[in-house]
Amino acid sequence: MTRKLTLSLLALAICAGAFFVGRSKFRVQKMRLADGAVAPDFTLPDLSSNRITLSSYRGRVVLLDFWATWCDPCRDEIPRFVELQDKYRDRGLEIIGVSMDDSPEPVREFQQKFKMNYTIVMGNAKLGELYGGILGLPAAFLIGPDGRIYSKHLGATDASVFDKEIEGLLRAKSGSVVSSFLLRARLPSAAVKCRARILSKHSCC
Amino acid sequence: MNQISGLLLFVGVFVSVAPAYQASSIPSSRLINPADLVKALQSSGGDEPLMVQVGSHVLYSQAHIPGSEYIGPAGSASGLEQLRKRVASLPKNKYIVLYCGCCPWEHCPNVKPADDALHALGFTNVKVLYIANNFGTDWVDKGYPIAKGD
Repeated sequence: MTRKLTLSLLALAICAGAFFVGRSKFRVQKMRLADGAVAPDFTLPDLSSNRITLSSYRGRVVLLDFWATWCDPCRDEIPRFVELQDKYRDRGLEIIGVSMDDSPEPVREFQQKFKMNYTIVMGNAKLGELYGGILGLPAAFLIGPDGRIYSKHLGATDASVFDKEIEGLLRAKSGSVVSSFLLRARLPSAAVKCRARILSKHSCC
Repeated sequence: MNQISGLLLFVGVFVSVAPAYQASSIPSSRLINPADLVKALQSSGGDEPLMVQVGSHVLYSQAHIPGSEYIGPAGSASGLEQLRKRVASLPKNKYIVLYCGCCPWEHCPNVKPADDALHALGFTNVKVLYIANNFGTDWVDKGYPIAKGD
């Protein structure tokens, strides 16, 4: 009897675990409208008041991540971005975190706590609108060396997806090579839809 | 018997470590769907609820429900304080709709603390807008009315 009860409770605990893990599972959703294939340029101050201009990173692969300190899925992604920045920095990856927090104070604290090793700028509504409306977080744009948006991910995305896309883009040396890489790459369905629209010069997603 | 007690403790601890702010724990009776809110607003005859956005100002500036007010992220102490101040003079039966839409529902850090705070203050007619994914997907993309700016 005791054994049966013990097993039942164990099963209950396992079910509870699966329930909570399932709730926090990442999802990749189709991104909302973004305007064209070229990533909209911007100049914004980083946390040390240096002016950061997106177009100055032309020739490098840029992962532009819209996030906020209070955003749970964003926080889950940060350690993975730190790893990716370390892994690919020398090969030409620049991650730019665009904080959508209302003020920089919690962002500074967060940056130190999570040992964020990449550039962080403070976003605003205007920038959000330039990128098609950032009305949910996190939202990430992967920008190729040619300055074009390669893929977009709304909602927390598995690090392996970014890793694969970054690796592919870093191998590309020119716009034409990027295009051929895009056609060959195997990506999640949402990203494929975005990619197809970019290549056909339509607004994406 | 000790084994049973241990397992019960384990289950209890496991359940209790689930984030307290999870919107998922708000009873469904206190939720309202976007489509139902839109209908209610269209037929309100001017007697609209107090709608408050308890998320980020940057998101609010890009798009919010017309007539709604920005309060601040209720996941923070300052946001909650703003909310308490805003409702301080209202009758306890005032119809209030809370919403955020910053993140997928189960990850929203703001609506649960806001809902808890209003109930702790004795408000009896509070609804939380159920936004499954985010405000863009579940409100703007549906073609529901929006306003921009502060």
